[in-house]
Amino acid sequence: MSELLVEMTGISKSFPGVHALEDARFELLPGEVHALVGENGAGKSTLMKVLAGIYKRDAGSIRIKGREEEVPSPHAAQSLGISMIHQELNLMYHLTVAQNIFIGREPRRGLLLDEGALNAKAQQLFDDLHLKLDPRARVGSLAVAQQQMVEIAKALSFDSAVLVMDEPTAALTDTEIDELFRIIRQLRDQGKGIVHISHRLEELKQISDRITVMRDGRYVATVSTAEAEIQQIISMMVGRTVFEATPELPEERDPTVVLEVKGLNRGRQVRDISFQLHRGEILGIAGLVGAGRTEVMRAIFAADRPESGTVLVKGQPVSIRTPQDAVGHGIAYLSEDRKRYGLALSMDVEVNTVLASLRRFASRLGWVRAGATRAQALKLVDQLAIKTPGIGQRVKNLSGGNQQKVVIAKWLTADTDILIFDEPTRGIDVGAKSEIYRLLNDLAKQGKSIIMISSELPEILRMSHRILVMCEGRITGELSAAEATQERIMTLATQRQSVAAASPETSTAMSVGAH
Amino acid sequence: MQTATASTSRIRTLASGEYVQRLLALGALIILLVFFSIIAPHFASLENYRNILTATASNGLLATGVTFVIITGGIDLSIGTGTAFASVALGIVAVNLGLPLWLGLIAGLVAGGVVGLINGALIAKLKLPPFIATLGMMYVTIGMAQVLSDVHPIYFTDPQPAFNGFFMGNPVAGIPNTVWVMFGGAIVAWILLNKTVFGRYTFALGSNEEAARLSGVNVDRWKALVYVVCGVFVGLAGIVLSARSSSAQPSQGQGYELDAIAAAVIGGTSLAGGEGSIVGTMIGAFLISTLRTGLSVDNVPQQWQYVITGLVVIGAVWLDIQRRRSRA
Repeated sequence: MSELLVEMTGISKSFPGVHALEDARFELLPGEVHALVGENGAGKSTLMKVLAGIYKRDAGSIRIKGREEEVPSPHAAQSLGISMIHQELNLMYHLTVAQNIFIGREPRRGLLLDEGALNAKAQQLFDDLHLKLDPRARVGSLAVAQQQMVEIAKALSFDSAVLVMDEPTAALTDTEIDELFRIIRQLRDQGKGIVHISHRLEELKQISDRITVMRDGRYVATVSTAEAEIQQIISMMVGRTVFEATPELPEERDPTVVLEVKGLNRGRQVRDISFQLHRGEILGIAGLVGAGRTEVMRAIFAADRPESGTVLVKGQPVSIRTPQDAVGHGIAYLSEDRKRYGLALSMDVEVNTVLASLRRFASRLGWVRAGATRAQALKLVDQLAIKTPGIGQRVKNLSGGNQQKVVIAKWLTADTDILIFDEPTRGIDVGAKSEIYRLLNDLAKQGKSIIMISSELPEILRMSHRILVMCEGRITGELSAAEATQERIMTLATQRQSVAAASPETSTAMSVGAH
Repeated sequence: MQTATASTSRIRTLASGEYVQRLLALGALIILLVFFSIIAPHFASLENYRNILTATASNGLLATGVTFVIITGGIDLSIGTGTAFASVALGIVAVNLGLPLWLGLIAGLVAGGVVGLINGALIAKLKLPPFIATLGMMYVTIGMAQVLSDVHPIYFTDPQPAFNGFFMGNPVAGIPNTVWVMFGGAIVAWILLNKTVFGRYTFALGSNEEAARLSGVNVDRWKALVYVVCGVFVGLAGIVLSARSSSAQPSQGQGYELDAIAAAVIGGTSLAGGEGSIVGTMIGAFLISTLRTGLSVDNVPQQWQYVITGLVVIGAVWLDIQRRRSRA
């Protein structure tokens, strides 16, 4: 057994009002990819931020290569060979790739910057990693995946022995994930220790050697990936056994068509889209990232104006020119980026609940009737089982799952019948996911019609009555719940028009999981 | 990666887009010059062009200084009245105390730098919003200028009568030395911004301060230094203003900060931070004084000059937003 690269024991850390870590533990070997998993708030990121010198621990010991270390600052961590890539990318979009990588360590000639040496150093780094990146490109002009690569290159430029990656794949497509994994394996083979924090358990099966599970700021267990079952890891994460993936579809749907889209077009990502949505139905939209799913929904909702196409609501052709028109016709769009597009984060649950339908709660002169809004908020908190200390709680203090519920409460209050969910469980932890699923099912049973975009195949399979699969802006197929399988969806999702037959190897990586 | 081809073409448009605003501003400047030359017969004279250059000197220096601050995503409202403080410092040392002129000039620059240092400390250390910190310092500087001068202008007659002669003399091409001071200042600023670590961090702060901090950049120190550099340019502008009037006016400079900010913005410096250039700012400064001079020569009343200047600022920023939107 080789010497431990990192050994953290008895780590505790409190923030005002919260014990983020209590007696947490972690170890890392050289040449190992060690996955760190746990629900949101389990303390994974906090633990790694302690290691990377961003937070100071209250108690516990950190040994790096066997030596007790303090790690008081990110700078100190870097000189110990520890680099962390944060969940939110920390890049300066106005600067070039090379300028970002060597910020704070610019090569100089006298008093002036040596831009030539800077770019050469960056190029050298990319060559070592077999990365195709232009050191002179502005970071703001790069795709997210390339920006991620810039972060990784930057972390490696410190010649780190330990690389911590916090949810590195959250924004990547499958090909990009493959590229990332190639680099991770390359680094592992060079003897570096890699910590990989992720929610995507299927992915960890592919890349990690060992998995450490955390729960409520505490260490639960470390298992060898080869021997661990996903089901087992999930139960360790939530502390109870979750019976995953038993499809619980509501009974036969109502034949009434509530929404019909005909010949919708917008640019390259929305091409000749036609489909129907029935009353009380959950219609899943599957496809790889970039297939145009979100774009289609934004075009229907008039967040982006379509070039052509007709939309019929309850059989009547309607003109939707602005999102307001869409809401007026009872259509709601729930963005995957709730914090940005769905919620007024610094306002409370009550305000957010009535935000989209304030006029209904206001008198003629514009006075908001406080009693009515309070009653409505209380009703929905109860109905949706939103876990909040009260309706006066600021939404930003709620967990991801409860924030999503507040968004749903808002649209239910606005009397919308057609709910378009874009990645409804993104960033929501495993326990809360099933609650969101139950909620969607209940809504469908009550006669709401739901369109659900999701990149997680198990989620699509479990939840949808019908599934539309998209590829390159087109609908490439429709599957009923009975006939849908992961393999069929993947085949359709890679059915490119330009290519006669897509090679299967390039496409199998998408959230393959629980069968 | 499959996005590679798409993004290379995007890089190209982005790289060129960077210069579009400057080209727009330059185009507008040329159009204005041509336009005024045609409609106002007195406009197209060497004398008048010299006037435009001379009139730009102080605003050009202020705008250059504040460009650094705006690129970091900050603002400095104390630069206008800061010139009064610097002028009075110069006057006290060189006239009231009768010390050599060069000591007075240093006192002016130091006075500007000290104001910048206080701004920087308030913003970087005490974490005050730049708008508030420099708004406060706007009042403090004009007040201190009046306290120190006892609200009387200090005239550079005795023992420093040569002061005005030197700065307003025109040894090269008939252009006053104040204008050369401005160009010199702009060149130094351009080198600082584009060729030094200081400039790199100025952009980094405006682009993503947290990223710079996590990369081990001493964010507070560099931010404070940005305000100090801006302050030194304010000191220089104070000297230029004193030279023009051959006096230190304790009430000068109120509202000048807005001209300077307008010049930077017309030249493509983004108030959101991360973007900006000295060349653009200089074009913006010239555009404003060309507009003023042209309208005056044309006998457009002062009140209408204000309206038109305002519309130009709004138009410039609107064009900039359009450009960004079409790029996205």
